[in-house]
Amino acid sequence: MKSARIARILLAAAALGALSGCSNIEPWVKPYERDRLADPIMFLDADPVSSAYIYHVYEAREGARGGEGTAGGGCGCN
Amino acid sequence: MMAACSKRFLAIAALLFTGQGALASVLPEDRTDFLYHRYEGGGVTIDGPSILVRKSVGKSMSLAANYYVDMVSSASIDVITTASPYTEERTQYSLSMDYLRGNTTMSMGYTNSTESDFDANTYHLSLAQDMFGQLTTLTLSYAYGDDTVRRSDDPNFFRDNTRQQYGVGLTQIITRNLITALNVEVITDEGFLNNPYRSVRYADAGSPIGYSFEPELYPRTRTSNAVGLRAKYYLPYRAALEAQYRYFIDTWDIQSHTASIAYVHPWKDFTFTAKYRFHDQTGAHFFRDLFSRSEATNFRGRDKELSPLTSQTLKFSASYEFLDDGWGFIDKGSVTFSLDHLMVDYEEFRDISTGAVVGEEPFYALDANVVQLFFSFWY
Repeated sequence: MKSARIARILLAAAALGALSGCSNIEPWVKPYERDRLADPIMFLDADPVSSAYIYHVYEAREGARGGEGTAGGGCGCN
Repeated sequence: MMAACSKRFLAIAALLFTGQGALASVLPEDRTDFLYHRYEGGGVTIDGPSILVRKSVGKSMSLAANYYVDMVSSASIDVITTASPYTEERTQYSLSMDYLRGNTTMSMGYTNSTESDFDANTYHLSLAQDMFGQLTTLTLSYAYGDDTVRRSDDPNFFRDNTRQQYGVGLTQIITRNLITALNVEVITDEGFLNNPYRSVRYADAGSPIGYSFEPELYPRTRTSNAVGLRAKYYLPYRAALEAQYRYFIDTWDIQSHTASIAYVHPWKDFTFTAKYRFHDQTGAHFFRDLFSRSEATNFRGRDKELSPLTSQTLKFSASYEFLDDGWGFIDKGSVTFSLDHLMVDYEEFRDISTGAVVGEEPFYALDANVVQLFFSFWY
């Protein structure tokens, strides 16, 4: 059961990874249109030292864990 | 001691965030943060520093180091009803490295956490790939943790845990004003998962108070699945709105929904953030506030975090940016103050310190304030 769940997730990840071969897809938000996304107020994790701490507090006070952080990545606008 | 399970997760949490939040095809910014944190509520005070230093080496590598301390003073409801107040200190070190090649960022890290009766080592790897003109970033991550649990009153007590964490993340730009992220995280634990000090209570007609205590006993495995979705939108004026949702389910029958909404508003050199977060969960299948008799079930727990509960958090933070023109090697600095007010209502865990009729005590509730003050410098 456990390994089946993990296998499903890895399979989904591999499928998404395979899509990276489709590099001909034209970006519909051009690099010069990403000024707003580059504004620090739009960062998904503006202060990693602070978010790591507060997610720890939540995990200590609640029974759930994971899934609340950022996935990395972003707007490619720097 | 704090809940044993919370300690196990801390090392991983720190690792996951040390290298994240960065753009996959750009290394994280060179930056140092000096944070003071303080949690106060439910008879527990935990405070200490966290220092995070990040520096690039050449154009393709970035190194980060984090030093974190929890100084704990606890007279929590668990402690005052079954043990004696205590103090302890936990120290954690993390090191991580990000390596950028083309549109791919490879990261690895190590975290060590030690305290008088608990050691944790965690190793972390991740791979982030930018795609589709950098509109999409796919991140795959894996972490392995190895813990040793001891008892301060028994030098011969050693128990091990191992933990594996698998993550898949997808960050997607939808429009020039909207960015979204999807996270899937699977965590498996195996080993001694309960707190070696905590007890459960059971009805005992032979006891003058009507109940007695015995050690808790958890299953030796746990697998959890979490799916998180977040979206951040740039408003028509310079401000941002963020919504977040997470669904969680595990093999202990805990199921939860967590949602939050945040508003970010800059004004001159200040940035203000307000946030509301709501969490609702079911309890673990082996949680009981009062067992019918001694060893009534195969597994037994009375950790209040495993009870059905709802928690709400109100957050306010203010950040002020200074040194805009730089100073020496420093490009800019900021100081941030934030306050989170946490309110937890337990739906099955009762407050037995009230001395009410056994099994009819009021449900426990907890209010806590979480303060953070930190200085950040970019260079």
